[in-house]
Amino acid sequence: MTDTQSLPGGSLMGEPSETGRFGEFGGRFVPESLVPACFELEAAFRTAWADPAFHAEYEALLRDYGGRPTPVTECANLSKQLGIRLLLKREDLTHTGSHKINNVVGQALLTKRMGKQRVIAETGAGQHGVATATAAALFGLDCVVYMGEVDVERQALNVFRMRLLGSEVVPVASGSRTLKDAVNEALRDWVANVESTHYCLGSVMGPHPYPWMVREFQRILGAEAREQCRAVLGRDPDVVAACVGGGSNAAGTFSGFVDTDARLVGVEAAGGAAIGRGIPGVVHGMKSFLMQDEHGQVAEAHSISAGLDYPGVGPEHAHLAASGRADYPSAGDEEVLRAFELLARSEGIIPALESAHAIAWVVAAAERGELAPGTTVLVTLSGRGDKDVAQVMDMVNARTS
Amino acid sequence: MSLEDHLRARRDAGRKLLVPYVTGGLGDDWVETVRALAAAGADAIEVGIPFSDPVMDGPVIQQASERALHAGATPGGIVRALSGVDAGVPLAVMTYYNLVFRAGHERFASSLATAGIAGCILPDLPLDEAGEWCAAADAAGVATILLAAPTTPDDRLAAICERSRGFVYAVGVLGVTGERSSLAASATVIAKRLKAVTDRPVLVGVGVSNAEQARQVAEAADGVVVGSALVRRLLEGAGPEGAAAFVAELRAGLDG
Repeated sequence: MTDTQSLPGGSLMGEPSETGRFGEFGGRFVPESLVPACFELEAAFRTAWADPAFHAEYEALLRDYGGRPTPVTECANLSKQLGIRLLLKREDLTHTGSHKINNVVGQALLTKRMGKQRVIAETGAGQHGVATATAAALFGLDCVVYMGEVDVERQALNVFRMRLLGSEVVPVASGSRTLKDAVNEALRDWVANVESTHYCLGSVMGPHPYPWMVREFQRILGAEAREQCRAVLGRDPDVVAACVGGGSNAAGTFSGFVDTDARLVGVEAAGGAAIGRGIPGVVHGMKSFLMQDEHGQVAEAHSISAGLDYPGVGPEHAHLAASGRADYPSAGDEEVLRAFELLARSEGIIPALESAHAIAWVVAAAERGELAPGTTVLVTLSGRGDKDVAQVMDMVNARTS
Repeated sequence: MSLEDHLRARRDAGRKLLVPYVTGGLGDDWVETVRALAAAGADAIEVGIPFSDPVMDGPVIQQASERALHAGATPGGIVRALSGVDAGVPLAVMTYYNLVFRAGHERFASSLATAGIAGCILPDLPLDEAGEWCAAADAAGVATILLAAPTTPDDRLAAICERSRGFVYAVGVLGVTGERSSLAASATVIAKRLKAVTDRPVLVGVGVSNAEQARQVAEAADGVVVGSALVRRLLEGAGPEGAAAFVAELRAGLDG
């Protein structure tokens, strides 16, 4: 099993500062009621993450229950078509169908350590909600998942899945009724129930220690991918790409390659491009790039992918962008839909709409010559597309009718 | 006179303090409501500048915020409207930090000072993150009112009281703003804990919903902040007169 001990030091993708800063981004901008809980969580995580017994339990669960390690698949057909060498890190093959399980298993173990019996979560596409509901079932925790009404509708299958697993799903009717509003509602629940409840946040966002802790729980995917790429290619890939909403699969992936020569590319949804279209701001406990208006009111994101339909981004990505180590282009709904179909037909892999953003960027970059022939590219396929099939069917039917 | 001097003087004269909250930009007559609240016995008035994502607020103030934003409320517009109020009691604004961060600390602080606004409450800017804003607010002569919560440990409580200006906002119950059918035991507990470590006025807000609850908690605290119960009445169409009548009830409860 890959070693998940974190790297020491303050270099890129090391530990944040004492106040939870990655460069100028991050922090702990939460109501006073929650500040002690953030300190408690940070202390619990530090202790656990320095404890070999915790790592052993976490890694054994991800192996025996979660299906890790996931393979890296070389896409022979699509590589030939694009004139590059394309590898996929297959997080779609984990239990529950996405990388979210890596984080949730870690946080569920921490919840037990902190002696809490109830977990809450926000979810967009439902992947994090399903992963949390799964871990709650396994560990015997009470679980409530907040989900925007728009997402409840377009991800009906995942809503039923969570209920099947014994969780309560609460539709959120405020604001844009998507991921941003689900986070608001989860924070409100946490403010009221902080003494009994752990907020199992699903991405590298929110107040310190979440952005750091969730990246550490996702480090395993980048560490595996690095070894696997070396085995397949005999060296590191030239380009490493992943989709970015909050940015947890990208953070885990990048952590495995930040000290290599690989170009790191985080692909945002065009309608939720916090780095591409936002400016620094503070919401959901963190200072980061944020889509907002001239007064500082948070803008509503719009994307076909519920998981990327978010106006903010994790603070470490803001720092990676500001420092120039990673870049963050975006992909629009139509090219994402084409990439979704392309991967299905050329490789027999149906990606999540979120992951299809990373594929869409690779296709576009190869076609416009940004990726020279023979370039080696690793894409993290963060999740499988089963949940999106009904939505895509409607869109494809609408297009052809 | 600073917000704190004003509140201390009234408290020291034996009066229990009443600070009602209204959402700025809610209805065409909201400025008139602010004046009516002062006349009805408020000791200071808290005006909310609506934000798109108010995580410390329950359904009532969320709805008021959405309605005000929909009607075109902006931070600058609300601050300008308040500059002409001349309510006769100090005003404080309550909003979320991104609106301040977006405007810039110095610019926001000086806009408040220019409008004659005495204080500012930012519920998502806890002590540890408040340094830059506090420096700008101090320089402009605007009081930064910090919140203390039932979960705050003792040593941190003292540090919050030390850095707060105007008064200390005691969060009476773990939860977001909203009415509760009875006063939570935690309200009296946090008031007593704060009174034991500070001489600044201690006002309890969140979950103080009517005159009887106000009277109860003011046995331990110097006063109360009442928001959702008042804003609900405004959403239901109470208007300045109905709002004033409710504040007069609260006043009577506190004066016993």
